[in-house]
Amino acid sequence: MSEAAYNFAYLDEATKRMIRRALLKGLAIPGYQVPFASREMPMPYGWGTGGVQVTAACLTPEDCLKVIDQGADDTTNAVSIRKFFERTAGVATSEHTAAASVIQTRHRIPEQALTERQILVYQVPIPEPLRFLEPRESETRKMHALEEYGLMHVKLYEDIARHGAIATSYAYPVRVEGRYVMDPSPIPKFDNPKLGGMAAIQLFGAGREQRIYAVPPYTRVVSLDFEDHPFEASKAAHDCDLCGAAHSYLDEVITDDKGGRMFVCSDTDFCAMRRAEGHVGRLSPKGAAA
Amino acid sequence: MTQADILSGGFAEAPQQAARAFRACLEAMARPGRIQRIEGAHPPAPLSPAAGAVLLTLVDSTTPLCLAPSHDLPAVRQWIAFHCGAPLAEPAQAVFALGTWEALQPLSAFPIGTPQYPDRSTTLIVEMNALSPPNAVLTGPGIEDRQPARLPEIDSLIANRELFPLGHDFFFTAGFEIAALPRTTEPEAL
Repeated sequence: MSEAAYNFAYLDEATKRMIRRALLKGLAIPGYQVPFASREMPMPYGWGTGGVQVTAACLTPEDCLKVIDQGADDTTNAVSIRKFFERTAGVATSEHTAAASVIQTRHRIPEQALTERQILVYQVPIPEPLRFLEPRESETRKMHALEEYGLMHVKLYEDIARHGAIATSYAYPVRVEGRYVMDPSPIPKFDNPKLGGMAAIQLFGAGREQRIYAVPPYTRVVSLDFEDHPFEASKAAHDCDLCGAAHSYLDEVITDDKGGRMFVCSDTDFCAMRRAEGHVGRLSPKGAAA
Repeated sequence: MTQADILSGGFAEAPQQAARAFRACLEAMARPGRIQRIEGAHPPAPLSPAAGAVLLTLVDSTTPLCLAPSHDLPAVRQWIAFHCGAPLAEPAQAVFALGTWEALQPLSAFPIGTPQYPDRSTTLIVEMNALSPPNAVLTGPGIEDRQPARLPEIDSLIANRELFPLGHDFFFTAGFEIAALPRTTEPEAL
């Protein structure tokens, strides 16, 4: 049931039109940050106000929404956003990646490959990849206009000079269709290779910073690197302790104060699906499935 | 055109129908050349239902609209005034433009954006007789391999591609069908 006091999907129609126009321009200019008149939402900045506005502008009554926070469906941020749209849009929700038509995400791309009938909406804190190198918006805008991205390579080079390798491990900058350098939001660089050539539409919303950008399906997205220091999608060198997955992104969980720890898939739906299929990990209960 | 005709033909359930119509626009812009069905609007002729739905979904009092001579008719003006409230504008000020391909010429009159704000370019809604059979093949972002499409003309759309990241973005409408061609798409004659 949706809350009758609110318009469908919370936002008023004029606001949705404004966001929709920004989304279309975003798709037409992949990786370019379109300014939009971000609204105050009934949640604090930093909790996905940008993503929520993009989702609200995209949702239809027939959609099935999934919300993940660092891969998990059951954390505060994910649960509250899912409930928000259950109440204001009355849409179906699911925790299953394959069942969802719109997926709002904070800082992960689901492990399961997305399809053409899906939209992935990212929550973005700082949309400008050059912001920590150049604080002035007037300057970064010029740098994008002139395709002047030398500073970003200097930053990556300094990483190598200092650490021997590119130490940037999340929000790793990418180049979209050989033109705009884009912040993929703070996803781990493990997820970067999934950005390019994806079948689903990828939309990015930054509420506080009032920017929307997009990557159309099947678009070239290249992580910045050097010939002698090629990009590497890294993850913890372990298998999931619950489902045994060797190729999924892992969270490290401290289990006691004696140095005990475990690694588990950050994508909870992926891990649960594997366990249901009978896969076991190092810490699975004995005789669980196997 | 009677008063009743002007007042009717909009979305009956605006939030839900606009949401569905926008998804058709979004899919169209994200997957250039692929035809989507778009419903809900019943505008006066010669405006197609598809173009009417695009107007209802995207155009309002904040977006100056340029009506090309083909569509600059009292019935269309009045319908847009009531349902969208968009100020009618000259090409140089237009955020959206509506008309047949011939009537919209010359395209150079419409803004293509600026290097710092390439999004400040006109989106053109081009009314077509039909969106098939295809006369061009498209490649570019949003297209996995090659996408056949019906275009009103090919050379000027190739020239538009060369302006990237500036340039115009197009919706092509006919009946209840819509397809799009953003500035990133490379057309090639079949």
